[in-house]
Amino acid sequence: MKRQVPLLITLFVGTLLIVSVFVPPLEGMQENSTLFFDIIAVFAFFLGGGNLIRIHLTKVARKKGDWEYSLVTLFGFLLMLSSGLFKIGNPGDIAAAVDTPGSWFQTIFFYMMSPLNSTMYALLAFFVASASYRAFRAKNREATILLVSAFIILLGQTPFGTMLTSWMPDKFSVLEIPNMAVWVMSSPNLAGQRAILIGIGLGVVGMSLRIILGIERTYLGEDKG
Amino acid sequence: MSRLAIIVTICVVVLFLGSWIFKALQAQDAGVDHYLLRGFLVTCSAFLTLAILSFLYKDNPIYKFAEHLYVGISAGYWMSQGFWSTIVGNLIPRLSQSLSGFFKQPYNAGEWMGGFFYTNWVFYVPVIFGVLLLMRLSSKYGWISRWALAFIVGTTAGLQFIRYMRSDFIEQISSTFVPLLVDWQGIGHFFSNLSLSATGQLVAMVSNWIIFLGVLCGLIYFFFSKEHTGLFGKASRFGIWILMVTFGASFGYTVMGRVSLLVGRITFLFRDWLGITS
Repeated sequence: MKRQVPLLITLFVGTLLIVSVFVPPLEGMQENSTLFFDIIAVFAFFLGGGNLIRIHLTKVARKKGDWEYSLVTLFGFLLMLSSGLFKIGNPGDIAAAVDTPGSWFQTIFFYMMSPLNSTMYALLAFFVASASYRAFRAKNREATILLVSAFIILLGQTPFGTMLTSWMPDKFSVLEIPNMAVWVMSSPNLAGQRAILIGIGLGVVGMSLRIILGIERTYLGEDKG
Repeated sequence: MSRLAIIVTICVVVLFLGSWIFKALQAQDAGVDHYLLRGFLVTCSAFLTLAILSFLYKDNPIYKFAEHLYVGISAGYWMSQGFWSTIVGNLIPRLSQSLSGFFKQPYNAGEWMGGFFYTNWVFYVPVIFGVLLLMRLSSKYGWISRWALAFIVGTTAGLQFIRYMRSDFIEQISSTFVPLLVDWQGIGHFFSNLSLSATGQLVAMVSNWIIFLGVLCGLIYFFFSKEHTGLFGKASRFGIWILMVTFGASFGYTVMGRVSLLVGRITFLFRDWLGITS
């Protein structure tokens, strides 16, 4: 029951979805299973939310290290959840979108979540800058190619790059930095991306087969009896 | 709490209140409704931005506060979105007419197949698996959640098998077979129109050659069942160069993306919060 049933479920669902591509009456299965996946994902969100409350409440109750921050997490979670689930401050009725302008949900998203989110990613600009300092050294041929390619792309996006080579005659227009950036993206970059994508595609197909056939079982975790 | 921590906390609170009052007065002058709330929200947004940026100094309590708030808000956000868009938007209209009426959603009536099977009944399957997934919270019956996990993994494997086979394998290979002699009208025409124009024949031909050989050599680099020596090794070497261009381009784009996000935050701080720039 603990291992065989999950393996059978995986085998059945995976095989059915692959077969459905070749059997026209089963074509709707693909669309339905995507929806099934989304529905179960929402239950997973609820599981995650429940887990988050449990972990942070335990931390607060036992006064573990940094427990004060758990209160902040719980506050943020309950504030956003109640604003969203109960549509607090939503100017529309129950059928209105949860993020209708003017609702608490949209306000908290706009003034708290969005700045936090974009600043968190913007923070990476500094770390990327420090990483580039270390990586961008033309130590060998490969590193030089990487450096030149990144430089062309970066310069190609800026007015300075356009200004640098704007004097080029039409006959040599591919050597203008913005055009060169476009060329790098649409030619050698495309070739590299494609080679990687083909590799990923083969990897996913192989892994999917291993999972469906029950060879790969790590997702079931350890068997405790 | 150390003396320094108390002083810093007091400074932050005073600055926050000062900014709140200042922004509220500004909003009042501009005739904004709910100017107190508006002042609070802009101040909150600015302080959260600064709190995250404070990590550049070092990991500190102000950063940790913002980080924990972010985790909580994000979890609440995705749960609410999932509930309203998937459960209310897609599931309830297929399962219950009365609940659909309550949520004012159009009821999606199914069909009877052969007079004994109602098509909407299949939507009880994800509900059952979803409930089974929640069993994870129980220490005794937690293992039942594996059934739901198996369903998720099986669905993903089945869908991705086809999707990746089509888009990442077959489509990519078929797109690689491009004409190597673009717009060919004879060698005389080719040499008389030879130029490095971005839209010229030579550039188009070189591009297609690079795409074709680049993909081939890139794949050769990833082929580890044969030793990379001789002609095979040279092809593999060219593959590495092509991959290096790709990594460089991706790196360049990532830097641009992050910097533009940073510019956005700095613009917010200097224009919307401090009002220094227009």
